[in-house]
Amino acid sequence: MSTMIGQRTVERTVSRTDWGLWLRQIRAIMRIEITKNFWGRRALLIYLLAAVPVILMFLLVMVHPEGGKDISRNWASAQEVFGYIYEYLILQTIVFFGCAWIFMNLFRGELVDKSLHYYFLCPLRREVLVAGKYLSGLLASGLLFSLSTIGSLVLLYYARGYPANVNFLFDGPGIWQVFDYIGITLLGCLGYGAVFLFIGLFFRNPIIPALLVYGWEWLNFLLPPVLKKISIVHYLHTLAPVPMSEGPFATVVAPTSPFISIPSMILFTAAVIVFAGIRIRKMEISYGGE
Amino acid sequence: MTQQAPAPERLGPEHLIIFDNVSKFYGEILGVNRINLTIEPGITSLVGPNGSGKTTLMNLMTGLIQPTRGRVSILGITPGDPQALFRRLGYCGQFDSFPKGMTGYEFVNAFLGVHGYSRKEADERTWRAIERVDLVEAAHRKVAGYSKGMRQRIRLAQSIAHEPEVMILDEPLNGLDPMARAETMRLFRQLAKEGLHLIISSHILHEVDMMSDRVVLINNGYILAEGGVQGVRDEMEEHPMQIMIRCDRPQEFAARVFASDNVVEAQLHADKQGLFVKTRNAEAFYLLLNRVVIESGMNIETVAPVDDDLNAVYHYLIGSNGGGQA
Ligand SMILES: Nc1ncnc2c1ncn2[C@@H]1O[C@H](COP(=O)(O)OP(=O)(O)OP(=O)(O)O)[C@@H](O)[C@H]1O
Ligand SMILES: [Mg+2]
Repeated sequence: MSTMIGQRTVERTVSRTDWGLWLRQIRAIMRIEITKNFWGRRALLIYLLAAVPVILMFLLVMVHPEGGKDISRNWASAQEVFGYIYEYLILQTIVFFGCAWIFMNLFRGELVDKSLHYYFLCPLRREVLVAGKYLSGLLASGLLFSLSTIGSLVLLYYARGYPANVNFLFDGPGIWQVFDYIGITLLGCLGYGAVFLFIGLFFRNPIIPALLVYGWEWLNFLLPPVLKKISIVHYLHTLAPVPMSEGPFATVVAPTSPFISIPSMILFTAAVIVFAGIRIRKMEISYGGE
Repeated sequence: MTQQAPAPERLGPEHLIIFDNVSKFYGEILGVNRINLTIEPGITSLVGPNGSGKTTLMNLMTGLIQPTRGRVSILGITPGDPQALFRRLGYCGQFDSFPKGMTGYEFVNAFLGVHGYSRKEADERTWRAIERVDLVEAAHRKVAGYSKGMRQRIRLAQSIAHEPEVMILDEPLNGLDPMARAETMRLFRQLAKEGLHLIISSHILHEVDMMSDRVVLINNGYILAEGGVQGVRDEMEEHPMQIMIRCDRPQEFAARVFASDNVVEAQLHADKQGLFVKTRNAEAFYLLLNRVVIESGMNIETVAPVDDDLNAVYHYLIGSNGGGQA
């Protein structure tokens, strides 16, 4: 009898930091989350959202009678216009609200459905649950919005006309611009994802904090330099492949070098996720007093 | 290194579920208060009316909520260590809710994956659990299309699939028809025979008394009684009822009624205008009261049970069928 208890104790201490187990658990969580959230009718809205910039570019390039020719003729300014479309439409609207929807629902949705306790009743550290859910949101949003970014770029380059577009892509700066845009989209998902996961986890009504973040990000260009750096869009803006002015009212801040802004984004994200992991250990589930 | 199996009353904390002076408040609202409880292997039923604190106790055991004061220990593990606890504990909660869009099979299987089982082992365990609750045919249908009883059973399967040593079941017989109920109770007895701890909650004692080794009666967040089924039932039936009587000659009244077997205690009220009587048999006492009034011509103003609520609870818990067994 006593040996059995002894064995159990050993088993328990050994499994404390079992990376193999945690990775298996994260995979299982991702499988559940992806099928639940990104398969089926519930996900339709998010696919529509991701399609908006592609549809817009399509209208501009294919349907607008002069659109395609304009882009081809004024390639330099077309790239700049695309830069604005990318930053304000794709990044600050589509990726922002897409991530808000995806990441806030990871926990809030299950609290509303009263099904979060099934995870809490597994032999699963709650920090690992946060990691698994975050990664599934990141995978889905990263994939979806990268595709949306690529789709928009494909239409832009199509309008440039053959063979100029191929030259631009493979002999000019083109391919690096594509990577830059995709990279910014992915970093956007990373950062916004962390913020919205946190909001969805700890605010009863996440809409208001989400709108506050939205306002903060949009008004970022007006903020004094110190505050400016406390935002996701600031870092992403400085990464843009085609330089853009922020307009006449903007405060001027020396652009942050990518060698600072990329690690800052990643560190910020890690900090938010770790903080969420610490807070979730204290979380209680009792679905109200029914 | 003793050769003897430990006597039941000597079981160490690694075999017991222990509540050590546990209180839980939801803000201002009392959930449970000052609970001291030690639960041994076997079937323990937690019986109490709505809002008495059964779910609160179960959520405390599983760490879904945390005690305001005191400590809980399950087989020597605290609920703050889910990675150790939930290999050995399964909880089938009260809420009839599921992750969206899953079939019965997917539901059981998905969370076995989260446990860390390989696909093959998770698949085997899923089928074993689904067989135990007799849902093989419906396994590949969406849970959303199940009947209430089927949903109850698939949740049961989900909570036993990892073969825990401690099962916590919040009103598991709710919504089951008599056949499924009998079948489920048989399963519980079988699990208890295999050496598991089962903690089962119910509103009504007689629903669970046949299968319980032990019952814990709870009301308003306090434990009223605990122990073997018969002992608790006796205690409830013998629970003396307190009645307040206001009359003009309380001392004489006390002397007259105290002679009766049915009166346990008679105590004068401080203002000398009445008295408290404790009785084990209220009906007999009321008959006696009538006789005293007729014989002595005493003037009785009011007669009122003091702890009416508690009496109602006892009656409710014993249930109409339960009381009539003796
Ligand atoms: N999340 C909560 N917030 C506030 N009060 C709560 C909450 N959960 C439970 N309570 C209160 O705590 C008390 C005990 O509730 P609990 O759910 O534990 O009772 P119960 O015995 O399970 O009842 P039932 O038979 O209805 O399931 C009740 O007064 C209830 O209103
Ligand atoms: Mg309950």
